[in-house]
Amino acid sequence: MQIRIKGARVLDPGNIDGPRDIIIEDEYIKAVVNPDENLTDTNVNVIDAKGMIVVPGLIDIHVHLREPGHEYKETLETGLKAAAAGGFTAVCSMPNTLPVNDNSQVTGFIINQAEKLGFSKVFPAGAITQGSKGQALAEIYDMKKAGIVAVTDDGLPVENTNMMRHALEYCNGLDMPVFVHAEDHTLVDGGAMNEGPFATFWGIKGIPNAAETIMVVRDIALSELTGAHVHFCHISTRESVEAIRQAKERGANITCETAPHYFTLTDEDVKDYDTNFKMNPPLRSENDRQAIIKGLCDDTIDLIASDHAPHSVLEKDVEFDRATFGILGLETSLPLSLRLVHDGFLSMEELIVKMSKKPAKIIGLNNDIIPGNIADLTIINPEYLYKIDSDTFKSKSRNTPFSGMSVKGCADVTFVNGQVVYQRR
Amino acid sequence: MRFEKKDILDINSLDSQEISLILDTAQGMKEISQRPVKKVPTLRGKTIVLFFHEPSTRTKLSFDTAAKRLSADSISISKSSSSIVKGETLIDTAKNLEAMKPDVIVLRHPSSGAPHLIAKRVKCSVINAGDGIHAHPSQALLDIMSVRENKGKIDGLNISIIGDIAHSRVARSDITGFSKMGAKVTICAPETMIPMGIENLGCTIAPDMETCVEGADVIMMLRIQKERQGNILFPTEREYAALYGLNRARLGLAKKDAIIMHPGPMNRGVEISSDIADSEGSIILEQVTNGVALRMALFYLVAGGSRHADSD
Repeated sequence: MQIRIKGARVLDPGNIDGPRDIIIEDEYIKAVVNPDENLTDTNVNVIDAKGMIVVPGLIDIHVHLREPGHEYKETLETGLKAAAAGGFTAVCSMPNTLPVNDNSQVTGFIINQAEKLGFSKVFPAGAITQGSKGQALAEIYDMKKAGIVAVTDDGLPVENTNMMRHALEYCNGLDMPVFVHAEDHTLVDGGAMNEGPFATFWGIKGIPNAAETIMVVRDIALSELTGAHVHFCHISTRESVEAIRQAKERGANITCETAPHYFTLTDEDVKDYDTNFKMNPPLRSENDRQAIIKGLCDDTIDLIASDHAPHSVLEKDVEFDRATFGILGLETSLPLSLRLVHDGFLSMEELIVKMSKKPAKIIGLNNDIIPGNIADLTIINPEYLYKIDSDTFKSKSRNTPFSGMSVKGCADVTFVNGQVVYQRR
Repeated sequence: MRFEKKDILDINSLDSQEISLILDTAQGMKEISQRPVKKVPTLRGKTIVLFFHEPSTRTKLSFDTAAKRLSADSISISKSSSSIVKGETLIDTAKNLEAMKPDVIVLRHPSSGAPHLIAKRVKCSVINAGDGIHAHPSQALLDIMSVRENKGKIDGLNISIIGDIAHSRVARSDITGFSKMGAKVTICAPETMIPMGIENLGCTIAPDMETCVEGADVIMMLRIQKERQGNILFPTEREYAALYGLNRARLGLAKKDAIIMHPGPMNRGVEISSDIADSEGSIILEQVTNGVALRMALFYLVAGGSRHADSD
């Protein structure tokens, strides 16, 4: 049995952009043909994709799937279903599970469970240090053999600069990218939203831009010292963008991502102590939001990742300063990012680079749409108008600030290993 | 004019007419406390819960006294005596309190926005008795009342507020309230205690204490919370007093009839020299007296008042 995706624009940046049909057999791309070719085959399941765009499967390299340990917020099943519904064929799961993914057993558990489920794929990130405590290196090579594609102490950045230096040296030898959640905890000092007039107005302790930028600058210096590949997660400040821009001009081995909320919302949107607007780093000022968009446009910011952070009402339906940081991302990332295309900031091709090709490159995948490659594909409906409704989410949690927002475009069908894992219609 | 608000959450959510109505009502309540029998039946049969998550003597006693003078039944619970220590969430505690049918919950809480959180979930009125570093509306209202009593107006007055603005809910509410009523508010503090964008609430920042108090009609000194801040924000009380303490020389720069205020509790000899605290310009104890009347007015307006105009 073959599947033929018919009538779409196939967009694989650097490879194809035009009307093509894609023929899938088993888990592979069998052929990419002109729309009028090979029409005689029988026993073909034709998927009409007229008006759609078929792209290499989207990849979100920054998500929290919560299993093992916090299954009441999200499980691998609900998280990977949410990924499929968002158009993502693969995600990188952050290691802050319980227990922490700092050893090959936890890595193996996550990968095995995900394979059994058969939705989107998971490529775990392991911890840099044991228990993400910043004291002693985790067994990174052992985790690499088990399947991790990066290391990070996400949320608990390595504070000791010498420890970080050695972690980078060690990872460089293993060809393992290091994802950095850049945050100086001493400067955050209990803050809960962006420092500025709005934090002052609401009486919420602020988090200055410098809390992020200081660590970005430190780890640029350490990357330049060691040569290791540092990838900065969820960049939110104009100063970080500028520091990364300058370091890239010097040829530093660094990449970075931002999340859709940082180019969509600002601290002015934080109102009435709504904890669905609380995430780390916090929503910044309008100047920062503009700088993030500019960084995306000039490629200082390599890619978009959602920082999908499911939390239950237990963490969110509480006092603002006591609420946990983080919002959902998987099922809103594509429509929010498509706004950059609709508003003329990025071409569709540039967006697909940032949501598929570049993430693939960072975690060492080849997802080109060519015969013989695994058929991990996303069919995007770029014109579909709808309102985001968190009640329809596959995720187990509901902590999003975007419910009710009008958007245009979404994932229509998601293929993983040649199988349809999500179909909107 | 009728008072339509269910809750008193912060000064920002009150307009100047509502503030005037509250002040006028409080002025009327003040006389009750001067009677030999300091009690009226206005809120007989009403239940008021004083839910204090932070230590408080003055504010809690003031609310309690206000409730009793209006014949309401007041019940006090503190953090240590509530189920919060057993892990109950604030919303659950509030809903449980509500199930006992109180008419008003007075909440003090260390988290900014906590009263707003529960006000959305309960049908009874919620009065904010201080939330985190956000707001302390009853204090600001009694401050405005005290100034209006002494100066006959608020509009056009120069109000100087000196001290830890960053960590003060009183400062935020006072700046908002006085500027809303037409005063010109000037603040002064070490830069470690001035939060970003505070001018947007309606004040200007003076470069030093002398500039701040020059020509002032009202000087309000805020408490330095030495127990909380170690010496990250200022080195010593001695140095703080030298730069920002209110003394005779500085007071001399203000208008001759300037009044001196402090929300208490005072650190004598630190932010305010002892003789000035007791001087004739000081209305610090009047603030406390007015606090009871003001809180009586708040209870009356949300729990009885114009909604039940025939109950008095």
